[in-house]
Amino acid sequence: MDSFFSNPVTDWLSGVFTGWGMNPDAAHVLTAFIAILLLITVVMVLDIFLVWTERKIVARFQDRIGPNRLGPFGLIQPFADIIKLIIKENIYPKGVDKIVYNLAPVIMMMSVLLLWAVFPLSPILFGVDLNVGVLYLIGVGSLGTLSIIMAGWSSNNKYALLGAFRQVAVMISYEIPMVVALLIPTILSGSMGINDIVWAQDVWYIVLVPLGFILFLISATAELGRAPFDLTEAESELIAGHHIEYSGMKFGLFYASELLHTFTFGGFIAAFFFGGWRGPGAETYPILGLFYFLIKATIGYWLFGWIKYTLPRIRIDKMMDLNWKFLVPFSFALLVFVALTNALLADFVGSWIYWVGMLLSNLLFGWVTMEILRRRARGEREKVEGVQPVAEGGH
Amino acid sequence: MQTEWMYIGLFLVVGALIPAAAIIVAAILSPRKPNPIKESTYECGIETVGENWVQFKAQYYIFALIFLVFDVETVFLFPWAVSLNQLGMFAVVEGIIFIGILMAGLVYAWRKGMLEWV
Repeated sequence: MDSFFSNPVTDWLSGVFTGWGMNPDAAHVLTAFIAILLLITVVMVLDIFLVWTERKIVARFQDRIGPNRLGPFGLIQPFADIIKLIIKENIYPKGVDKIVYNLAPVIMMMSVLLLWAVFPLSPILFGVDLNVGVLYLIGVGSLGTLSIIMAGWSSNNKYALLGAFRQVAVMISYEIPMVVALLIPTILSGSMGINDIVWAQDVWYIVLVPLGFILFLISATAELGRAPFDLTEAESELIAGHHIEYSGMKFGLFYASELLHTFTFGGFIAAFFFGGWRGPGAETYPILGLFYFLIKATIGYWLFGWIKYTLPRIRIDKMMDLNWKFLVPFSFALLVFVALTNALLADFVGSWIYWVGMLLSNLLFGWVTMEILRRRARGEREKVEGVQPVAEGGH
Repeated sequence: MQTEWMYIGLFLVVGALIPAAAIIVAAILSPRKPNPIKESTYECGIETVGENWVQFKAQYYIFALIFLVFDVETVFLFPWAVSLNQLGMFAVVEGIIFIGILMAGLVYAWRKGMLEWV
């Protein structure tokens, strides 16, 4: 199969390098290096436009217009922002650990860019088709948390340190439901490779396992550190959390990597639950696949934005309760349930009976969960209301 | 297989180079006029009191312990999930028992009041 590193263009390029008297292996590595440089440059340019998109989305949610002065629809605005960030003064606060302090934004950005290595953009346009793609996604995703604790520890600031501690607590908690949510597409497709999961989705997994999608959406929001789970940079408590002491381009890298991380996770939502690049005619014309994929990834990105600008921030103890007392038991129960229904319906795989069966069983599971939660909430409410007459004097 | 991981390695190098280049370019282009007020630690306008590297709650450590159990568990669950379609009902029941034992651990921690963030 074709990929980002072995196609007519790279073959031609490495042919040119060999023609200059280069060792074929070295020519191959150099070509791959150029291909990656190209991909990452495209990603960084995309990131610039994400800043604009983010500002436009938040403006619309808050009933404003957003940037509209520089260029058509304010499209030049992010470039002006970048020039401003580059020429801002480079401040090192007192007592900063310079090496770690400078390394943190680099690792943050790197952890996001590494995710693009396994991004299935279209049937022939992907970086590396790792057979352990899902595990790779989880492993690299944790690197971002490492950079947050590096930033918090090296900044020599209490706010930064508290923000970093909180983020680690959140990450180690919400990683469990996320891993389980990723196990569900793995069960259904029988593979850990992200491109294989896309190929297996004759019917989008959001139709087969809507609850898995919701689970992934919630835990990914926490993993990204976005509202309502943005405790690491809670403005009203910690000012800016881990990047409080950063200025200029280093702050810009934190900001840009957050947006790119969100878009990347929008892309993974598309790949795992919206059918990736699949759509009418995508197998024959791969460029259509890229088009479909970007549309679906943008929808995923917009979903994160919708959640961010609609919900207020959750207190940290409520957030840990939500994870450990609801999401973890719920996710494992769902995993067992999906594995069971999948095994029971194994004879009908590929027919409409399997699809309808999976969907209906998922809806049933969701209904039972909601019913249990409702009863529990009613019990709690009655407990509170039962106390009141005593307080009023026993009537 | 080896070339795949070589590509990942190249991604690692390029992915670190580009942000590093951005920081270096900014460091060259930006002015450098430090003064003591500018470099002081930000804490709502007043001088920082005491050590900056504060201690965090011990509860944190318990969550890390519980997390570790579940994180190691997922390493076992991934191969189980991949081969589930070939192994059939027997593997599903085995997986349920495995998850059930771990859930008992979670219930124990819950009953002991270890899941409270106080």
